[in-house]
Amino acid sequence: MAEQNNLKEFTKGIFQYNPMFVLVLGICPSLAVTTSVKNGLAMGGAATFVLVCSNFIISIVRSYIPREIRIPCFIVVIAAFVTMVELLMKAYLPPELNASLGIFIPLIVVNCIIMYRAESFAYKNKPFASVLDGAGLGLGWTLSLCLVSSIREIVGSGTLFGLKVSESYQPASVMIMAPGAFIVLGLLLGFFNWRKLRKSEKSMKAVMKND
Amino acid sequence: MIKEIALIIVSVVFVNNFVLSKFLGLCPFLGVSQKTSSAIGMGAAVTFVMTLSSAITWIVYNFVLLPGDANIIAKIFPSIRELGLIEVLKTISYILVIATLVQLVEMMLRKMAPALYESLGIYLPLITTNCAVLGVALLNTTDSPKHLGFLQATVQGFGAGIGFMVAMLLMSGIRERLALVNIPPSLRGVPIAFICTGLMALAFLGFSGMVQ
Repeated sequence: MAEQNNLKEFTKGIFQYNPMFVLVLGICPSLAVTTSVKNGLAMGGAATFVLVCSNFIISIVRSYIPREIRIPCFIVVIAAFVTMVELLMKAYLPPELNASLGIFIPLIVVNCIIMYRAESFAYKNKPFASVLDGAGLGLGWTLSLCLVSSIREIVGSGTLFGLKVSESYQPASVMIMAPGAFIVLGLLLGFFNWRKLRKSEKSMKAVMKND
Repeated sequence: MIKEIALIIVSVVFVNNFVLSKFLGLCPFLGVSQKTSSAIGMGAAVTFVMTLSSAITWIVYNFVLLPGDANIIAKIFPSIRELGLIEVLKTISYILVIATLVQLVEMMLRKMAPALYESLGIYLPLITTNCAVLGVALLNTTDSPKHLGFLQATVQGFGAGIGFMVAMLLMSGIRERLALVNIPPSLRGVPIAFICTGLMALAFLGFSGMVQ
């Protein structure tokens, strides 16, 4: 039973509470860094690391944090891990990747997903469950980043992971600029809404048939 | 001097609009742009906080974080004179400055202008987690291609706030009309807002290249 619960804490972040397509949180970095799959993966990894670590620490010290000043406490914990991730990325990742992520690595501090999980999950739950929750939501966000960035990279520059998709394709570079990001995310959100609506319609019909 | 300031404002309001070309501050942009009146309130509050926080973070950057003789902390701990504190304290110090500033503005407005305070309501505390505020602080100091002066940094913060307000106003006008239009059910709400923003960004792309 306990194992099943743990599994649920982990998988709910990928589908039921997907940060990008269901909660629509943390949109700024998801649009800015998704010009190529490599950037999307790096951003997702960095945010997942911060999310898991801050969830863990906050849920350990949760009984010592008074309710009135919990937000500043969360921000300091998150900012510490963001600084760590920034220094680690500068040390171990290629400089051009760091340059293309730019200010969006320090801006993980104000990413709503991390604050939201700290406030609504880690502040109320045990450390182990909080780590699983953070890992699940982080993975869900990384997967969505990969989806958006692969669409934008294929259409906008005709490559995937830097490899050419087709010789004859003429890339539409507007897709890797600002307007393309908004339109791709809007259409993807519309697509997921359409699937949800169709599913609920089907179940409604099934119920009516049974009656 | 005036020419330079005008150039910064035009560049940051139209050419490099924070919302439409830098993807900063999208959460409040989508969340509070349903009505024109609340869009103006939020825009004004953000402009105010952005201007003040650009000024204060510039001071923090130049006198606390940067290595050199001007560093205040180096007077107590001499070893900081060569290293500076940019790498380790940048994020934490900026976010704390912004959070304190928002709290201070909230208290001052409640005492001095209760009417304005009432109309801004919940938008004020939300500004702390607006990534445009932290973004302009970073772009003014550590991530700026050249070292900006105090006035330039403050003007850039003010201009970024005005750019945010312009984008919010345009968007709220569009969304007030959208409420009356028959949209496919799966695109209602956030998806159509994103597509409209994309088209607006396409229009703003026409400004690119005007200012270097």
